[in-house]
Amino acid sequence: MQGLRRHITRRRLVWLGLFGVTWALSQYSFQIYKALDARWIIRFPSRFQLNLDSAISGFLDWLVNTANFWLFTFRDLTRAIAWVIELPYQFLRNLLIEGFQSGLGQEAVQIAPSLSWIAVIALAVAIGHYARDWGLAALVGACFLYLAVFGQWHSAMITLASVLVAVPIGAAGGLALGILAYRSAWVERLLRPVLDLMQTVPVFAYLVPILILFGFGPVAALVATVIYAMPPMIRVTIMALKGVPEELLEAGRMMGATPRQMTWKVLVPAATPMLMVGVNQVIMLTLNMVIIASMIGAGGLGFDVLASLRKLDIGGGIEAGLAIVVMAIALDRASQAFAERRMTHRRHGSVLQRHPRSAIVLGVIVATFLLGQVIPAVQSYPDAWKISTGPFWSDAMAWINVNFFDTLEAIKTALLKAVLLPVKKFFAGIPWLWGILAAGVIAWRVAGWKMGIVAALMMGFIAASGLWGEAMVTLYLCGVSVFIAVLIGTPLGIWAAQRPGAGRIILGLMDTLQTLPSFVYLIPVVMLFRVGDFSAMIAVVLYALAPAVRYAAHGIREVPPHLLEAGRMAGCTPRQLLWRVKLPLAVPQLLLGLNQTIMLALSMLVITALVGTRDLGQEVYIALTKANAGQGIVAGLSVAFIAIIADRIVHALSDNQKRRLGL
Amino acid sequence: MTTSVILDCRHVWKLYGAGAGALLAGGRVPDADALARASVIGAVRDVNVQIHQGEIFVIMGLSGSGKSTLVRCLSRLVEPTAGEIEFDGRDLLRADEAELIAIRRKKMGMVFQQFALMPHLTVLENVAFPLEIQGVDREARQQSARKVIDLVGLQGREDYYPRELSGGQQQRVGIARSLVVEPDLWFLDEPFSALDPLIRREMQDEFIRLQNMLKKTIVFITHDFDEAIRLADRIAVMKDGMIEQIATPEELVQNPATDYVADFTRHVARAKVIRAQSRMEPATAERFAGDVAHDATIEAIADKVERADAPLRVMRDGAVIGQISARAVIDVLVGRG
Repeated sequence: MQGLRRHITRRRLVWLGLFGVTWALSQYSFQIYKALDARWIIRFPSRFQLNLDSAISGFLDWLVNTANFWLFTFRDLTRAIAWVIELPYQFLRNLLIEGFQSGLGQEAVQIAPSLSWIAVIALAVAIGHYARDWGLAALVGACFLYLAVFGQWHSAMITLASVLVAVPIGAAGGLALGILAYRSAWVERLLRPVLDLMQTVPVFAYLVPILILFGFGPVAALVATVIYAMPPMIRVTIMALKGVPEELLEAGRMMGATPRQMTWKVLVPAATPMLMVGVNQVIMLTLNMVIIASMIGAGGLGFDVLASLRKLDIGGGIEAGLAIVVMAIALDRASQAFAERRMTHRRHGSVLQRHPRSAIVLGVIVATFLLGQVIPAVQSYPDAWKISTGPFWSDAMAWINVNFFDTLEAIKTALLKAVLLPVKKFFAGIPWLWGILAAGVIAWRVAGWKMGIVAALMMGFIAASGLWGEAMVTLYLCGVSVFIAVLIGTPLGIWAAQRPGAGRIILGLMDTLQTLPSFVYLIPVVMLFRVGDFSAMIAVVLYALAPAVRYAAHGIREVPPHLLEAGRMAGCTPRQLLWRVKLPLAVPQLLLGLNQTIMLALSMLVITALVGTRDLGQEVYIALTKANAGQGIVAGLSVAFIAIIADRIVHALSDNQKRRLGL
Repeated sequence: MTTSVILDCRHVWKLYGAGAGALLAGGRVPDADALARASVIGAVRDVNVQIHQGEIFVIMGLSGSGKSTLVRCLSRLVEPTAGEIEFDGRDLLRADEAELIAIRRKKMGMVFQQFALMPHLTVLENVAFPLEIQGVDREARQQSARKVIDLVGLQGREDYYPRELSGGQQQRVGIARSLVVEPDLWFLDEPFSALDPLIRREMQDEFIRLQNMLKKTIVFITHDFDEAIRLADRIAVMKDGMIEQIATPEELVQNPATDYVADFTRHVARAKVIRAQSRMEPATAERFAGDVAHDATIEAIADKVERADAPLRVMRDGAVIGQISARAVIDVLVGRG
């Protein structure tokens, strides 16, 4: 009796009560509506519905067709932006793929061919060697060679051209905004909420207005990519500049540096290693987005994947998907090596001796250019040598489906029946009014009354936009996926932290998983489980697994050694050490991992709309196919609101726990 | 003192917290209780110091005593809440941004505790950096930089990056960098605190050697009383933002103004501080065993005096000003009086 009473605290009673009422209401909402004949209980009354979507669409229409800023129209502005982006993009396409021509159409005369495949690989190898060593050079070179040998060169170069245009714009723009925010508290206050929102609004949502403003094509894709990849650079820049040691700033001031000199000669150079970490992120996000933006005309490897998904061409999809993986690995490792590069004192000698790599690469470019005129195989990788793995993958998939169909189907059905459907029923049954209230109460209890009000308002917005049902499907899919991801990821992370050997492999794998563009995850899932909630869930779990593992490993590793020693000296067995010392202290980190998992799950969930879910993501995707900007933005905002509520609640939980532990 | 005052700082305050300005309005002098009641932190409280041309002025205090804030007020890296600072006949606190930049470029140099070297520049580029900021062309600035690099004994390391150097070497770069503009006033903010004890000692010797050559006016911050005694012409002891006492090392040891200062001086090897002139008697002996300089420390002359069978003459500028006996030396050595 005593023991029981100790476990039932007032706090726990509140939570239990809240869940009980929600469950009951969810279970009987339909009956209540029938009994009271009050349809508003399960449906938001259409009389009060917000019509924000048509307002947004109308505004965009006005912007595109009539907006006029005295000197120029909005159309002129978008055209100018398009021109600025188009120019370097076309140059890179010419350089990497098409070669340079003068004249148009029939009269086109080739002035110079594109860089030969050998020259591009030589360049990649040289960059790898410059950034670290021969090992990295070999890896990067092998990745590019793979693209040539397995027939993905053309698409890969289109994707590479997009990445090479978007990365400098995104990085420079992020740096500029970050510096502004660092120098003026006012700009930072303005940017912070925008950055928060940008991080949570699903990518599809702003593809729609960009599609309307810039039209279908690579330029629109590049604009979307830059917008997507810039916010992390801004954040990293602010953090990096704030991390420059105070003494270095004082040294600069004592030398009489002007504000401009402070920025460009002290702050930015001193923060460069950290800034390079930001550039690495920009590169990876750019690749991710360039793949997704194939939906609005980016072309390249993303388009190949999309096309094969639509045709259910298993082999082609896997081939293009693997090419993306290979490219992601090459870009990630090379840019990471740049971030970790440390200068050592330089060599003396002639230009050739000081720049051996540049000299060799230049030599290769000239040599292959000359040879390429005579031997076509030097200029472009001959078709006859290409190896297509498409049929192999198709056969392999067919074999799996023939031999394991029943097993896979059984697993799928079992999980659907035991987990997915009951959870779905629970969420779908929650009446909107109670849902708003419950969200408010949860946020209030955990994160304070302000957040409670914000959460209720945000949920109210979703309901009032007529998206309650879709939002509940999103919650259910996200909830189940996150639960499974954490269930798998946390033990993996703990294992990785306890055994350094296993840890290297697991964390290495997670690093690689995290560099892969989200699109790639859809391919194997669709092949094995076809479309539906189950496939979506598997893709989301795979995508969102990495942070759960990483934060768990990090949390366990970061437990202060003196506490471990204290535990050991108190006679803890290894098991007790884990359960009584390490895990309780790692809780704040585990919660941060949970937070990241939720964020990634939500962003992936939107992309799984492609495999036929019925959630907010689908709403955004439909808006994209219909080019309905208002619908897309409203549904996108709804996803962002769910993400923001979840983020604040989990962060507050983590902070509360930290405070309790005195960390 | 006959030498001129180069930096004159009068009633300087630095308070942190809201309402700091109001506390000082109308020239009021709030005490520690008044500050605590207003929840204002008094980092520097009513400090008066005069730095003379060519002296080494050491500000000594434990962490949190306000010594770092004070030196930042003197260089206006931190804006004082109240007070006046006159540098080279100019009101430093009224100087506008452009003037301040000009003063710092030409007249001030500073060495930092954590070295504050630019990680992306080589030794040569780091040392030449203040000149680069001033827009001096590459050839000229590298030439000046090489000169000071030789001066601090780092020749051969010009193309290394700071990361590739030891702590002591890094601080030599910091010293060279602050000297390259030939400053009139040289601030050193705990320059040797981040170094190992052995290296610290070596760097102090190096510093003394440099100062004997350069004769700079120096404001030196330290938390190490022994270091202060070793290097200073005058020491200001700080506690809780206020100056407890300003005196030569010798005066400090012989007449500590407060218990706090006495706590520091109690364990100092007095023979290293006390000089012959303060323990001499009138020259009454009939016979002298030799001469000692008036400003020689007891430690330096102890062996000679104790061994002698008669007192030694104490000389200043070639004139006899007194005598010192073995008895007086032994009194100092065993801590009597």
